[in-house]
Amino acid sequence: MPDPQPLLEVTDLAKSYALRGGFFDRTKGNVQAVDHVSFSIPRGQTFGLVGESGSGKTTTGRLIVRVIEPDTGQIVFRDEESGGVDLVKLSSRQIRPLRKKIQMIFQDPYSSLDPRMTVLRIVGEPLRATGSISRRATRDRVAEVLEMVGLSEEYMNRYPHAFSGGQRQRIGIARALATQPSLIVADEAVSALDVSVQAQILNLLRDLQERFRLTYLFIAHDLGVVRYLCDRVAVMYSGRLVEIADKPALYGNPKHPYTESLLAAAPRPEPDKLPIKQPSMESPSGPHPFGGGCAYFPRCPYRRDVCSREAPQLREVAGGQSVACHFDLTLANANSPAICGRENLQSNGSAVH
Amino acid sequence: MRPEGNTILEVQDLTIRFHMRQGPVTAVDGLELSLEEGRVLGVVGESGCGKSVMSRALIRIEAPGTIEKGSVRYIDRDGCEVAIEKLDPAGRAIRRIRWKEIAMIFQEPMTSFGPQHSIGAQISEAMELHGILRGRDRQQAVVAALESVGMPRPTETAEQYPYQLSGGMRQRAMIAMALSCGPRILIADEPTTALDVSTESQILDLLRERQMALGMSVLYISHNLGVVAHIADDVAVMYLGRVVERSPVRVLFAAAKHPYTLALLRSLARVDRDIPGRLEVLSGGLPDPFLRPAGCVFHQRCPECIRGLCDRVVPRWVRLDDGSAVACHLYGGDHA
Repeated sequence: MPDPQPLLEVTDLAKSYALRGGFFDRTKGNVQAVDHVSFSIPRGQTFGLVGESGSGKTTTGRLIVRVIEPDTGQIVFRDEESGGVDLVKLSSRQIRPLRKKIQMIFQDPYSSLDPRMTVLRIVGEPLRATGSISRRATRDRVAEVLEMVGLSEEYMNRYPHAFSGGQRQRIGIARALATQPSLIVADEAVSALDVSVQAQILNLLRDLQERFRLTYLFIAHDLGVVRYLCDRVAVMYSGRLVEIADKPALYGNPKHPYTESLLAAAPRPEPDKLPIKQPSMESPSGPHPFGGGCAYFPRCPYRRDVCSREAPQLREVAGGQSVACHFDLTLANANSPAICGRENLQSNGSAVH
Repeated sequence: MRPEGNTILEVQDLTIRFHMRQGPVTAVDGLELSLEEGRVLGVVGESGCGKSVMSRALIRIEAPGTIEKGSVRYIDRDGCEVAIEKLDPAGRAIRRIRWKEIAMIFQEPMTSFGPQHSIGAQISEAMELHGILRGRDRQQAVVAALESVGMPRPTETAEQYPYQLSGGMRQRAMIAMALSCGPRILIADEPTTALDVSTESQILDLLRERQMALGMSVLYISHNLGVVAHIADDVAVMYLGRVVERSPVRVLFAAAKHPYTLALLRSLARVDRDIPGRLEVLSGGLPDPFLRPAGCVFHQRCPECIRGLCDRVVPRWVRLDDGSAVACHLYGGDHA
C-alpha cells in the first residue's frame, strides 16, 4: 500500500565519479555509481536495499544522509515539523536542523567509534552537533538512549575498546537514536556480527521501530537478514534499481534474473537444498562502463539481442512490483524445487533453464 | 552415500593457550576431532570459539599460541602415524607436510600470495620447494592448475599479479596454489567470507568439485551455517574452545542435539522463510576469557542447564543412533 505522503521520497538520484588511472592519473571517463534511482519509504516501514559490493547501495545511503553531494535528483523528506523539503536544495546551514531527523548506523562497530572518546561523548556528539544543549541534558539523554538499547548508564565513562562487537553496535545505535530521528539509514548494520549477536541486534532494531515509529533504510547484502527485517525491498545492480517489490513478492516471485540469481545463490541451512550452480565467469558487478544496454546483460542467462542495445526501464509488472527487464519472465523462486539436492551435485550445471 | 573413510587426521585432548600479560587465555580446551579420508568436515562456531587457532595448530602455525596438551595425529601416505604436535614448528619435518600433505587457504588470499611476483611464479615456486616437476613441465602444470580451478584464461592469469585479479579470481588462484602440490588434506579457513553470494557459491562448488575429483579430505572452517550446509559431509560445532556436537550434515540440520547448536539454528534470519515476530536469541554473551566456566562451557547461557551437574562436571561424549555425538548431560552418559 503506497503511502500518499511517504517520509522519504527519492527521485532520479544520480551520482557519478571520474574514473582515473594511468601514470598521470588522467580522467578516463565516468562511472555512474548511482544511476537515476527512485524509491519512497512510508513512515514506520523498513525499506531494504540489497546488492553486491560495488552495486552503489552504500553510495545511495550516503547521498540520502547528505555526506556526499548528488549530481542530480531530489530527496524529499517529510515529517510533521518539516512538512516536505528537498534535501538536495538546502544549503549546509539550512540542512543542519534536519540532520537530527536523519541518522546513520554503520557496519563496522570497531572502526566507526572513535577509540579516544568515551561512550558519553560518542553518543552525545550528535546532540551537540545539532543544537545547543547543556551538559546535564546531554548526560540525561545519553543515559536514556543507552537504556533503550539495553546498556547500563554506568558504561558512559568507558571507552569503546572495553566492549564486545555486539555492545559496540548497540552504542552505535544509541548514538543514532540520541537526537530522536525519524529516519535511520543502516548500512550493513549487522553484517560484521556473529549469528547470535546479529539476532539480538535485529530484535532491538524491530523493538525500537515499534516504540518510536522509526523508518529504516536498511542497506545489506544478506538476503536472510533483509527478509526478516524489511517490508519492501529494492535490488540494486550496477548503480540501477533492477527490481522493487514488497517482501512477499520479491522472495516468493522474483521478476528480475538478477534477483533470482541472488536468491538462488544465498546459502541456506538446508543440506538438501543446495544453491543453484552459479555460472562461473568474470563478472564485474561494479558500475558498467558502456552506455547502452542492460547492465546485467553479460551475466544474464535469459539475454537476447535487444538486451545489449537497449537499457530496460523500471516498469510496474504487478501491484507494487516493478522490474527493469525487457521480458516478463517466470522465474524460479527461492523455495522452489529448482534448487538441487546433494546427489546431483555434479550434474546441475544447467538447472536454471 | 560415500562409504565411510579411514581416519586421516585425529586430534585428541588438544589444548592451546595464549600467554598474555594478564594471564593465560585458553583458546582451545581438550578438543577432540577426527577427519576421515575423502570427506568434508565443516567446523562452525562464532568468533572467539577457537576454530581458527585450532586449524592453524594442525600445520603448526598456532604461534603466538602454544600447544600445552594433547595430540594431532596425521596418518601419512604409507599409513604411518606422524605426531604433528611434537614437530618443531620451524623444522624440516613440518615443512615437508605443509602444502604437500596438508595445505591451507585463508579468508584473505593475500595471506598466501605476495604482491611482487606473478601468480604463476608463486605457484611454480611452491612446487619447486617440494620438488615437483621442473622446467617446462612445471610451467604446464601451473597452467593446468589454474585451469582446474576454472580460470577462463589460465595462461594469461599465470602472468598476472594478484592485485590484477578480482576477489573471486584471487580466491581461485589461491586454491590452485594450495592444490598444486597434491595435498591430501585441505584446511579452508573462511575462504568465502569476504565474497559476494554468487561468487561464494561458485567457490564452494569449485571446492566441492575439486575435493571429489581428487579424493581429498577438507576441513572447512566457517561461522556461516548455510555455507557449511552447502559444503560439508559432517559438521563439528565449537563453543569456547571445545567441540560440543558432531553430526553428519543432514542429521545436524534436521535434528540438532546440543542446546547451543539448537540456539544457533533458531537465531538465524533465513532467506528461505518468513519469521514472524522476534528471532529467538541466546541470552548473555561470551564470558570473560580469563574466567572459563567450570563444568560444561555452555552452562551459563544454556536454557536447559541442570544446576549442580552442568556447572560442575564436564560432559562426556554421548554417541547416538543417528550417527551424531554430543557432549551434553541432557543426553545421559556417565552422569545422568
